[in-house]
Amino acid sequence: MRKLLPLVLFLCTSFFLQAQETFSVNGVADKREGCYAFTNATIIKDAQTTLTKATLVIRQGKITAVGNGITIPADAVVIDCADKYIYPSLIDVYGDYGIPVPQRAGGGFNFFGAAQLGSNQKGAYGWNQALKEEVDAYKIFVADDSKAKALRDIGFGAVLTHQKDGIARGTGAVVTLAGEKENLVILKDRAANFLSFNKGTSAQSYPSSLMGTIALLRQTYLDAQWYKSNPSAEGVNITLKAWNENQYLPQIIDPASSADVWMIMRADRIGDEFGTQYIIKATGKEYQRIKEVAATKAPLIVSLNYPMAQDVDDPNDARLVSLTDLKHWELAPTNPAAIEKAGISFCLTAADLKDNKSFWSNLRKAIEYGLSEKAALDALTKTPASLLGIGDKVGSLEAGKVANFLITSGPLFSEKTTILQNWVQGDKYAVKEDNWFNIAGTYTLTVSGDASNSYTMDVKNNTAASIIAKDTLPVKFSYDGKTVKFSFAPEKKSKNTIRFSGFNNNGVWNGTASDADGKNLLWTASLSSVAVAKTDSTKSKPVPSLGKITYPFVAFGNETVPVQETYLIKNATVWTSEKEGKLENTDVLVKAGKIVQIGKNLSDAAAKVIDGTGKHLTAGIIDEHSHIAVTSINEGGQSVTSEVRIGDNLDPEDINIYRQLSGGVTSSHILHGSANTIGGQTQLIKLRWGTDDEGLKFKGAAPFIKFALGENVKRTAALQGNSRFPDTRMGVEQVLMDAFTRAKDYEKKIKEAEENNKKKGVTPMVVRRDLELDALVEIMNKKRFITCHSYIASEITSTMRVAEKFGFNINTFTHILEGYKVADKMKAHGANASTFSDWWAYKLEVQDAIPYNAYIMNAVGLNVCINSDDAEMARRLNQEAGKSIKYGGMSEEDALKMVTINPAKALHVADKVGSIKVGKDADLVLWSDDPVSIYAKALYTMVDGTVYFDREKDAAMRKQVAAERTRIINKMTGEKKEGRPTMGAMPSYKFINTCGEDHGHKLGMLEITEDGE
Amino acid sequence: MVNSLNDLTKNIFTMKQIINLLLLFILITPAKAQETIYPAKENKGVTVIKNGTIHIGNGQVLQNASVKINNGKIEAVGTDISVPADATVVDATGKQVYPGLILPSSQLGLQEIGGNAVRGSNDFQELGELNPNIRSIAAYNADSKIPNTLRANGILLAQSVPVGSLLAGTSSTVQLDAWNYEDAGYAVDNGMHFYMPSLLPRSGRFAAFFGPQQGDPLKDGLEKIELVKNFFREAKAYLQNTGNKEINLKLEAAKGLFSKKQKLFIHANQVKQLLLAIDFENEFGFDVVIVGGSESWQIADILKKNNIAVILSQEHSLPTLDDDDVDQPYKTPAALQKAGVSFCLNDDDGQNRGRNLSFNAGTAATYGLTKEEALTAITLSTAKILGIADRTGSIEVGKDANIIISNGDILDMRTSIVSGAWIQGRKIDLSSKHTQIFERYKYKYNIK
Repeated sequence: MRKLLPLVLFLCTSFFLQAQETFSVNGVADKREGCYAFTNATIIKDAQTTLTKATLVIRQGKITAVGNGITIPADAVVIDCADKYIYPSLIDVYGDYGIPVPQRAGGGFNFFGAAQLGSNQKGAYGWNQALKEEVDAYKIFVADDSKAKALRDIGFGAVLTHQKDGIARGTGAVVTLAGEKENLVILKDRAANFLSFNKGTSAQSYPSSLMGTIALLRQTYLDAQWYKSNPSAEGVNITLKAWNENQYLPQIIDPASSADVWMIMRADRIGDEFGTQYIIKATGKEYQRIKEVAATKAPLIVSLNYPMAQDVDDPNDARLVSLTDLKHWELAPTNPAAIEKAGISFCLTAADLKDNKSFWSNLRKAIEYGLSEKAALDALTKTPASLLGIGDKVGSLEAGKVANFLITSGPLFSEKTTILQNWVQGDKYAVKEDNWFNIAGTYTLTVSGDASNSYTMDVKNNTAASIIAKDTLPVKFSYDGKTVKFSFAPEKKSKNTIRFSGFNNNGVWNGTASDADGKNLLWTASLSSVAVAKTDSTKSKPVPSLGKITYPFVAFGNETVPVQETYLIKNATVWTSEKEGKLENTDVLVKAGKIVQIGKNLSDAAAKVIDGTGKHLTAGIIDEHSHIAVTSINEGGQSVTSEVRIGDNLDPEDINIYRQLSGGVTSSHILHGSANTIGGQTQLIKLRWGTDDEGLKFKGAAPFIKFALGENVKRTAALQGNSRFPDTRMGVEQVLMDAFTRAKDYEKKIKEAEENNKKKGVTPMVVRRDLELDALVEIMNKKRFITCHSYIASEITSTMRVAEKFGFNINTFTHILEGYKVADKMKAHGANASTFSDWWAYKLEVQDAIPYNAYIMNAVGLNVCINSDDAEMARRLNQEAGKSIKYGGMSEEDALKMVTINPAKALHVADKVGSIKVGKDADLVLWSDDPVSIYAKALYTMVDGTVYFDREKDAAMRKQVAAERTRIINKMTGEKKEGRPTMGAMPSYKFINTCGEDHGHKLGMLEITEDGE
Repeated sequence: MVNSLNDLTKNIFTMKQIINLLLLFILITPAKAQETIYPAKENKGVTVIKNGTIHIGNGQVLQNASVKINNGKIEAVGTDISVPADATVVDATGKQVYPGLILPSSQLGLQEIGGNAVRGSNDFQELGELNPNIRSIAAYNADSKIPNTLRANGILLAQSVPVGSLLAGTSSTVQLDAWNYEDAGYAVDNGMHFYMPSLLPRSGRFAAFFGPQQGDPLKDGLEKIELVKNFFREAKAYLQNTGNKEINLKLEAAKGLFSKKQKLFIHANQVKQLLLAIDFENEFGFDVVIVGGSESWQIADILKKNNIAVILSQEHSLPTLDDDDVDQPYKTPAALQKAGVSFCLNDDDGQNRGRNLSFNAGTAATYGLTKEEALTAITLSTAKILGIADRTGSIEVGKDANIIISNGDILDMRTSIVSGAWIQGRKIDLSSKHTQIFERYKYKYNIK
């Protein structure tokens, strides 16, 4: 019997209309028209058109007519919908309804774990397991009525469903939530193509980072383009074939991370590069940078998942929740409204909600916070339908469309409204039918048995009623839309309770009852007067008072971003880092972001004057080796990853930008980590606090790339041994030889193809464009420069020799703690050196590191920089440079140069920054004391003539931060008092990006690294 | 370096010593190896360091003053010191004289090569949670290359501390001029170390590495703490009982805490952890010292009231939270100073291996302490917290002659150049593997 039950259910649910022609019937054929007419309804055809007292007619699962004065077909079942509202059913574009949930296997790269270098996917598929482009959701879709019901109950009628697994996820299908055979519920088999930034179940090491993921997507576009030429070298590649076939579909990309709002811009740029406007799954934080988001012109898919209030009653718990998290809790419900206001086309989705039931409460909250009802309805009907090209089928109520509609008790977005029925493909699904009839009113209840009694019963609603007599008697009452059950004691204080049970037979209730003596009674009740229904208030609540958005959305962010001004710094000791040396009692004038004059007694009426008396002015510090302001830092999935770019994942929200400014840093060279021999392309940034991710970039700077040698790239720390080539420094040399040999051949092939393709009538040669090799070709052509993580004399030398073989040089050796051993060779080669002042003994390869290294290399004539590789030490880089005074006896001015003009030279930007010289960028620091002394504090730090750090303003901001925290914490504790759900307080952990295994630096309480330390 | 050595030879050495030194140079330059840096021989005579600016360590500074060292001890300090005819005289004119600096918590001698990659180099963490009987001194490597680099920066004493998950064992104070660990022991087994479990929930990303967290972290943490308390309760009962049938090494190991020969060092940062640390003072009467203490500024008054001392582990750190004042860790010492908390500074940085202790103090001086207060936080206060202030930590009569001379302000890297150092009156060699390699490559490149 158990086995039979599903079959019985199936027969029950798909009993009419849509039997498929090809399927044989086991029994007697039962084809029906399924013609229904819904009359007297308020029909919302779409957000723009509302009809009153209107009629909707459906037949065979389709709408045949909507409007006023419609002739009702003779064979129609008529349903009176007086007082009821009819809406198109909602569409969710981000579901995985009916699709198996893939199990996560884990994986990725770290310094300790095992590596999986190839794909585990068997068959003629592409090289990377995270590319599952061949998946078509409609082929693996299995209808699941229990899941469908959960969605129908909150108003959805159709879902764009796809397999949420991988970076390329293949196509999604639009299916209805009808309980029909799969063949009939698929409205569109290949409706959209899905991409994401999450590799899902793939345990392949590559990509292990956001920038690697971006690079993989870019390369795959190129590969697919190339694959169109049927390259024999590739054979059949199902993944690329599918990729090409799916390109004409709407492209939906999910950053699959709510880490920051910049995910939207990162995703959009990939689309821009390859001529595709993505539809992007929103992060929930769009309100924080709405202008930038709007500028992408990307339609968004917006979840209504807001952070829950945290339990911050305990001040020690509250202390560890950051202002960013507090503010996001407060402002997240404004996200849909902000998106609407910015004119962005958007859909709403129930995806990501922990509980489907919160969909309506969260949607109403969005409306309370400013989202218009019209936009809300569009976002759930018309917009998804038109984005997916299914506007002819769903999204509004018009003749010819699928009969997917909701019957509600009132206006959809009102708090008191309930969805009564959800009709999908012409089938009725009850949601909360007990509200169909408004039973409120006064009833005459007649009980007959030995003696006949009559009562007057006042029914308030489905769960409350009372008997009106001398005294008002309480009634225990329930009505579920059909069954009526109630009980009461006819005499006050009597225990003689009569229990009633019966049905509502279209307005008249009939049933049986039993009194305390067990006597059976019969009863009937009929309406004597209808209660006057209170009009449902749809008045919107006032928008709650909220905090301001700051740029960036972090403590010490500004409501308006600081701007360039004209400054005159008077009477300071000016350390020029030029041949002029140190100038006493000197003025510096800054205008339009540049240093325009240096001298005595300067004046400018328009200038803001900063008194530099007794203070020291230097060029802004340039950190040659930093890992701040990025979302990912290491793509360690392969030994050569020159295709990845730090610039693809900048994070302007990192508090460390502000902290570096407080230590006088104005530019940071953000390097890829040291997980592999040829790492990623680096990004030089200026610390413009509050700007956007593109605004951080140092415009016009020469492009660089990070290389690394030694222990990290041979994965010395791997606990289960290393399986990724190379495992020795011998292998590292060959990785370099191999990479540049391949690059050389590649360049040759491209040139040959160019020559060939110029000729007429020849078969064109197609060369696969390879982003990895492109970067290496740039290096060989001296258009991209290397900064190479290195320690040991042997590896430094052998790397220089490889470079020389290919006709270029290593621009900079960074870390370079044994540089002193081969300083003469480095000088002959033409390399710069960028090192630490006094780090050593934190791993085997730095056992010979000495604090005199910078001094010796400087004495040999190398251009030497002191770098941080550490967000904390970067704030004291001036002092780190000062240590060469102690270790070796360098002059103070030469020491300062190691963090100003020397790194500017090493980075090829000495014409713009690094010294105080007329015409250079006004990147300046005013110090309280001798700038290489431990007592020096940065008082002002300016970048391009904009003051981004001002110690006095900082003191004022500390108070603002505290006040804003207090305000929101009070509000949050109020949530708990009012009984709203809260979660335990979650400390705001901070993810610290590091180079790799070079950090013995103890982590702070809330700091975590990718090594999981 | 050559300049400072010249100065030294002019000022400090007798003729015989100069000849010896020259011979030594001839023999070992340029290829001197660390193996020839010898621990100094015992010095029975009198040494007078004269005409220096003497920083006593307790806040006092004496200008143009002298220190007289006799038989390893400080015999006199002042401006009016008699110099015996046979005394070795060190002219400190224009220089700064300080008590030897003390590094209060590190794995010195227990891990030669940092990081995770060389397992054979790691001797600082045992298996198990209750290891009170573990003794760091037993593994202390007096021949480590690291102590010499510390001495060169004025650090003459250090606490060598085991690491663990709860009770990690005992630490000892070592002096950094020794042939072996027995020579090195300055105050043996004077600290017991308790690493308090975290009481914070883990975030999603954190959990991705360590697995999802089950249960209430506060409750789980309290249970672990209770485990340790219970250990001490049983140890107390065991130690009171004269007729124990069997010897329990772990319970025996708690004896020093109850007899106050040991302090209990509790490694903790979170406010809740710090509040719970008070229990160990209250219930057991232990002398409690917090190690870490990054959040100690928030409850400084309570710490003061309960006589809880603090070793601030890593002042050169980022603030705990984005919202914190950008200079919070730098000004934490000033907050403790203001509240009257007994505290000292440490350098816990794994990348420079502790040698920047004086610059941690320098930073504290930039952010609210006076320079002398900052000095106290790396000398006398440290000695008090380690329980060795009767013997060291300041330049006061009767204490061991643990003294350094710096060319200038030791807190500032521009001037922090240590040119002389004495441990228990022995004049120690300030070279290290680093100065030796420096000489080697100066030779290679003909630098000066």
